[in-house]
Amino acid sequence: MKNYETVIGLEVHVELATKTKIFCGCTTEFGGKPNTHCCPVCMGMPGTLPVLNKKVVEYAIAAGLAMDCEITRNAKFDRKNYFYPDLPKAYQISQLYLPICRNGGIEIETGAGKKRIGIHEIHMEEDAGKLIHDPWEDCTLVDYNRCGVPLIEIVSEPDMRSADEVIAYLEKLRLILKYLGVSDCKMQEGSLRADINLSVREMGVEKFGTRTEMKNMNSFKAIARAVEGERKRQIEVLSYGGRIVQETRRWDENKDTSFAMRSKEDAQDYRYFPEPDLVSLEITEEWLSEIKAREPELRDAKMARYEKEFGIPAYDAAIITGAKKMADIFEECVALCGKPKEVSNWLMVETMRLLKEAEMDAEDLLLEPKKLASLITLIDEGKINRTVAKEVFEQIFKENIEPETYVKEKGLLMVQDDALLGETILRVLAENTQSVADFKGGKDRAFGFLVGQTMKAMKGKADPGKVNERLRQALEKK
Amino acid sequence: MEITKLTALELGRKIQAGEISVEEAVRTQLDMIREREGEYHCYITVLEEEALACAKKVQEGIRTGEYTSPLAGVPIAVKDNICTEGIRTTCASKILENFKPPYNATVVKKLDAAGMIVLGKTNMDEFAMGSTTETSYFGATKNPRDITRVPGGSSGGSAAAVAAGEAFLALGSDTGGSIRQPSAFCGVVGIKPTYGTVSRYGLIAYASSLDQIGPIGKDVADCAAMLSVIAGGDIKDSTSVQQKEFSYLGALADDISGMRIGIPRGYLGKGLDDEVRSAVLSAADLLRKRGAMVEEFDLEAVDYAIPAYYVIACAEASSNLSRYDGVKYGFRTEDYEGLEEMYRRTRTEGFGEETKRRMMIGAFVLSSGYYDAYYNKALKVKAVIKRGFDRAFEKYDLILGPTAPTTALKLGENLSDPLKMYLGDIYTVSVNLAGLPAISLPCGRDKAGLPVGLQLIGKPFGEREILRAAYCFEQSIK
Amino acid sequence: MEITDGIIAYVAALAKLELDKGAAEKAKEDLSKILEYMDTMNGLDTGELEPMSHVFPLTNVFREDVVTNKEETESLLLNAPRSKEGQFIVPKTVG
Repeated sequence: MKNYETVIGLEVHVELATKTKIFCGCTTEFGGKPNTHCCPVCMGMPGTLPVLNKKVVEYAIAAGLAMDCEITRNAKFDRKNYFYPDLPKAYQISQLYLPICRNGGIEIETGAGKKRIGIHEIHMEEDAGKLIHDPWEDCTLVDYNRCGVPLIEIVSEPDMRSADEVIAYLEKLRLILKYLGVSDCKMQEGSLRADINLSVREMGVEKFGTRTEMKNMNSFKAIARAVEGERKRQIEVLSYGGRIVQETRRWDENKDTSFAMRSKEDAQDYRYFPEPDLVSLEITEEWLSEIKAREPELRDAKMARYEKEFGIPAYDAAIITGAKKMADIFEECVALCGKPKEVSNWLMVETMRLLKEAEMDAEDLLLEPKKLASLITLIDEGKINRTVAKEVFEQIFKENIEPETYVKEKGLLMVQDDALLGETILRVLAENTQSVADFKGGKDRAFGFLVGQTMKAMKGKADPGKVNERLRQALEKK
Repeated sequence: MEITKLTALELGRKIQAGEISVEEAVRTQLDMIREREGEYHCYITVLEEEALACAKKVQEGIRTGEYTSPLAGVPIAVKDNICTEGIRTTCASKILENFKPPYNATVVKKLDAAGMIVLGKTNMDEFAMGSTTETSYFGATKNPRDITRVPGGSSGGSAAAVAAGEAFLALGSDTGGSIRQPSAFCGVVGIKPTYGTVSRYGLIAYASSLDQIGPIGKDVADCAAMLSVIAGGDIKDSTSVQQKEFSYLGALADDISGMRIGIPRGYLGKGLDDEVRSAVLSAADLLRKRGAMVEEFDLEAVDYAIPAYYVIACAEASSNLSRYDGVKYGFRTEDYEGLEEMYRRTRTEGFGEETKRRMMIGAFVLSSGYYDAYYNKALKVKAVIKRGFDRAFEKYDLILGPTAPTTALKLGENLSDPLKMYLGDIYTVSVNLAGLPAISLPCGRDKAGLPVGLQLIGKPFGEREILRAAYCFEQSIK
Repeated sequence: MEITDGIIAYVAALAKLELDKGAAEKAKEDLSKILEYMDTMNGLDTGELEPMSHVFPLTNVFREDVVTNKEETESLLLNAPRSKEGQFIVPKTVG
């Protein structure tokens, strides 16, 4: 069988985190009763006109700068014309001829090493409304709350070769956008979604194969599976002597395969032309420097600062800054408890373990910094031991409990009663004469066993340091 | 004293002086409308109750000093493509037959703030596409000067209402001559302001890059007064321009000595009716006698204005009119199965012939494969036309010519031959392409007694110069 | 520019219009004449001139990112040919 190479380019739509829509003052808040976040402008009422939200341009430029793009100084908007009920004007205001950012790229890292993925362009546009199927009347209901929410579409070059690279690219994009604060990138709310353009070609062949497109994929897992599935499908078609048809396909997660979407009755001819209702942009050097000056601390700078300011190892800093959410929790928590290394350990070990267990993404972490801080303080003050702390942390992570209340209610506070500990040790030694003899005979392992027995008898609530110390003293007296 | 014979400013003065009450003025107009509408059909909707209620409010406001405009209390008419909240705004189309906008156009708010009283919404060519007002879904308007003839268009209802004494003033809109040509045909005065002078927010778009709202009145001073009310930048229209000075009444000096006026030779050539030519040349002579320097010159690209105009206007119209799809407002076909059929039947049944023709032309000139040859070429021709005017205005303060090649046509004369109708726009469309201000005012009559229109074209934002020249001419022929 | 039946069918589809045989024939005749006339633009040498979409060089007209919308769902749906519970009703869409 021939060897094939997969060629993938992505078009990623990202909803921007502005307060208002791109061309009117309606809120972009997610949810809300149907058609309540709307006005005559975003509903395309006759006679209305768009007025551009300045913040949208600044966010798009910020994204472009962070992705090493050239900023188009005289960017313009164009109309993309097509009929669909979710598009009230029957055209989408977008950018074709002079998009805001061009010719950039970002670096990704996979098991295979580092690689630069080119960004062809980033353009600004408006989102469409939502169509909901109404089973009672077997019709479709239209809600324009999302209509006019600002989007940037990030179009990559066809530089990716595997699902791994696609996921690495998307994770990197998301990291940059979240650090910039230009989008919350919540895939479950559709604020980050990707169209996948995929083709295959025989190894060594320069010409691209015919590509298919899979639209509106909104989970990393589905994307990885879809890339793999579509790659296999295309290779299979070709190896049986078939031809790939350029078409839009729909990925069906349940069936784990893609289906050709019914082609529209007429060809797609979007008849783009310059939007006459909006004037062109003039992006000056001063404006660019203003936007640059406002740029928040990005990941590399944060990593360096963590090492320097908090004295944590580069490795730790890399993991913690690997998700903006994690870095935010780290900083807030350190500010509260003043123990960077301790916070870092909880995030690196327990948090990562629990995330993995729950198959959750670090960006979706809900951990409240003040709860982790008070847990650390409890340990620090000797009120609970580490074993108990792990259990409490798991409860914070899963149930969002209040650590101080929790340990009190569950009786997990460390027992500080020296007399009780003394009695317990004497009892343990009396009940385990063989182990005492073994210890005296030079078997160190026996000491560990005795510590365990003591802790067990103390129901785990003794201070392990103290148990060690007192046990040694008691054994010496024997 | 016959109230309806007064000019708007004369009436305004008498109202301020308490000689005529606002209600009296409104009632007189409503009587006139009742008496003459059967014959002329200037209005699509008459707002009897609303006008009388408004009259009371304004009368009180004049007493308390709230309304100080010289036009406060003056009854006027508004073209039916300008949105009025809760009052149906049809664009003379079946597809918007019952459309009640949820908001007011900016100009309507300004009229209201000045205390002007809207009598009704005037007839027009459907979606302002036509030069005769015969393409209205509600039937043609007749020319009050000769009811066997058209009033011109597309603002035929507005021009006819003023000519017939059914309104003191009216708002029209001008995309390729739609204020000036009907003003010429009806023997009244009409101004197409510089693009951006008057807000388009609430003007139902035909061709967004060319549309402007402007006044139609009995004389130059009335138009200047109304333009002062409606002009000014608007945050809701990105293409509107904030100017320092937009009180135009002060520009009306009866003196044009030293003014340099150019007549394009191309505006006097083939296709121009002899009687129109001689009336326009006599007008030029008169201005010369009043001290102006008048000469003929060659204006660039006169013959290319109509094709470029129709390419651009139809392209924008095809996009602007796509929102009428039966989903959010307006007409929806009774009988359909599925979305596609609903779209097609709704639009096929809802639009008239000319509108459909222009949407098809527009779709064609933007379609892939033809965009460069038609749409882009037209934008380049537009650049040549603009350059031609820029050069002319280095030598001249204003440009003089006929408004239309003929006087008012017979009803039905041009309806069957669209191209012939388009050719009638030869002297008006280049003004829209170049964004310039122009005025049409009566300059005599032909042998049949039909009025001839004189057109004066100014530099960008040169409304004051054309008003002064027009006023001076008007005074000279009194 | 030769206007074929195919072109008429294509532009009608783009504009979402239904043309019966007579209307298509008339459209073909009209568009042929009109586009032929539009072709006269080619007689003008536009040289290196940039296509001019906006006639005046206005730039950077913006609004600030401030929420202004109000409760007006009812008036926005007032003109809807068909609606239900604050939503527009359309025939079932695919997907």
